[in-house]
Amino acid sequence: MTLTLDDWLDAAQTNAERRQLPALGPLLTALADATRALREAEWNHHAASRPAPETPQPDDTPTT
Amino acid sequence: MTPLPPEPALRRLAAAIEVGEVSVREVVEAALHRIATRDATLNAFTVVLDESARLAAARADAEIAVGRYRGPLHGIPISVKDLIDVVGVPTTAASRVTDRSPADADAPVVARLRSAGAILIGKCNLHEFAFGTTGEDSAFGPTRHPVDTTRSPGGSSSGSAVSVAGGMVTASVGTDTGGSIRIPAAACGLVGLKPTFGELSCDGIVPLAPSLDHVGPLTRCVADARIMFAAMRGTTTAADTTTPPARRLGCPRPYFLDQLDDEVRAVFEQALERLGDAAWAVSTSPIRHASDTATVCLHLVLPEAAAAHASSLERQGEAYTEGVRVRLELGRYVLAEDYVRAQRGRAVLAQAVDEALADHDALVLPSLAIPAPRLGIDTVELGLGGRPVSVRNVMLRLTQLFNATGHPAVSIPCGQTASGLPVGLQLVGRRSCTEQLLAVAEACEQVLAPEA
Repeated sequence: MTLTLDDWLDAAQTNAERRQLPALGPLLTALADATRALREAEWNHHAASRPAPETPQPDDTPTT
Repeated sequence: MTPLPPEPALRRLAAAIEVGEVSVREVVEAALHRIATRDATLNAFTVVLDESARLAAARADAEIAVGRYRGPLHGIPISVKDLIDVVGVPTTAASRVTDRSPADADAPVVARLRSAGAILIGKCNLHEFAFGTTGEDSAFGPTRHPVDTTRSPGGSSSGSAVSVAGGMVTASVGTDTGGSIRIPAAACGLVGLKPTFGELSCDGIVPLAPSLDHVGPLTRCVADARIMFAAMRGTTTAADTTTPPARRLGCPRPYFLDQLDDEVRAVFEQALERLGDAAWAVSTSPIRHASDTATVCLHLVLPEAAAAHASSLERQGEAYTEGVRVRLELGRYVLAEDYVRAQRGRAVLAQAVDEALADHDALVLPSLAIPAPRLGIDTVELGLGGRPVSVRNVMLRLTQLFNATGHPAVSIPCGQTASGLPVGLQLVGRRSCTEQLLAVAEACEQVLAPEA
């Protein structure tokens, strides 16, 4: 099983709804976008000792 | 808009006190009178400590009478952000969440300022728990800009800035986790200093994000900031021992000048021209990976703030203002692995700032991308036909990098818009070289000050 950002976002949205915090919904979506950018940062690829992809693949969601 | 009359800068007032031209009692009574007449509109103070200030003034006058003059802060009226402990006074953080019991002791920075002779006049309003850039979300209501009361003075140290810009005290103390000293300083036409990370103790200060939190002064001029900074460090204001600047500034144009209000851009470019006319060499010096700033900072501040507030969110979540609560809650969802990635980004960015500083006295950039925003708005448009951008994001855009990297940064006034709203210029120095940065700022201030 993988844990993708989309999996994380789904779980977080569900949790926020259950906790009756609807205002969190759009912020979680924005956070997911920011987290995706963080994981795709050039220096994170370098630090992980693997090359940065030439072109980001839309469905190549970072996994743990 | 009615600009308030300027109050004497700290040094001039100190000279008058030292020679007995004015008593500390008279200075303190004048400050209390100005607060009484102005603060009902501006809302800069959460509490005015009139009784203790009068007692301290009497002691200060008695000391001068027997020849014990403590130095340039002796008898100077100051304020502190109500996030900072003052013995015997509740620290509210402008929130309904805190327990409102009196603090057991002064925060070290407050104790040092008192030891240097400063008179604490009151504690100042802020954006709740310092988690915001406008000062609007506060249990005490919003602080208002002294030039235009329909506008925010910037935050989160909103009350601290207005207490000085509104002429009610001579200097103030704020905190800065993403720009909360420099943003209101820029918006209000003041000098705001964020020292090197760790240089001033944050003990006795309610944390927001401990690896990003800084404390520092807000003043009318750089020389006053130097006096406050020295006292807050517990050092004396000895003669300046820094080497004269080489008059070389680096401007990190990519990213930092990409999203600016048109008037802010024009004032900033004019400031660079004036510096050039005064024999300063200003060259472009990009900061690598600067476009990753917001992403890295977000993944640092959110989890740290959530950790600081986790138990309060569970116990009293509904007592927070809605905007602050939802951002704190957001931090509880950041994964640990992404916090670690952001720490890696912080190190990369710190090295990039060091590289950009090479061969320069300091980096120079605007402090705040927009003039003081109107209260109650969430977005602004930059330029004609520009798409709306988040007020919060655009206000943090130029300052937060240096909280993550720990470099010292100071905002100084560099002009104003057509409607009289101040514009700030930010200078960034080498880590652990805050004094040298202040020397650069003072030299630039001499070029950029209105009377220059």
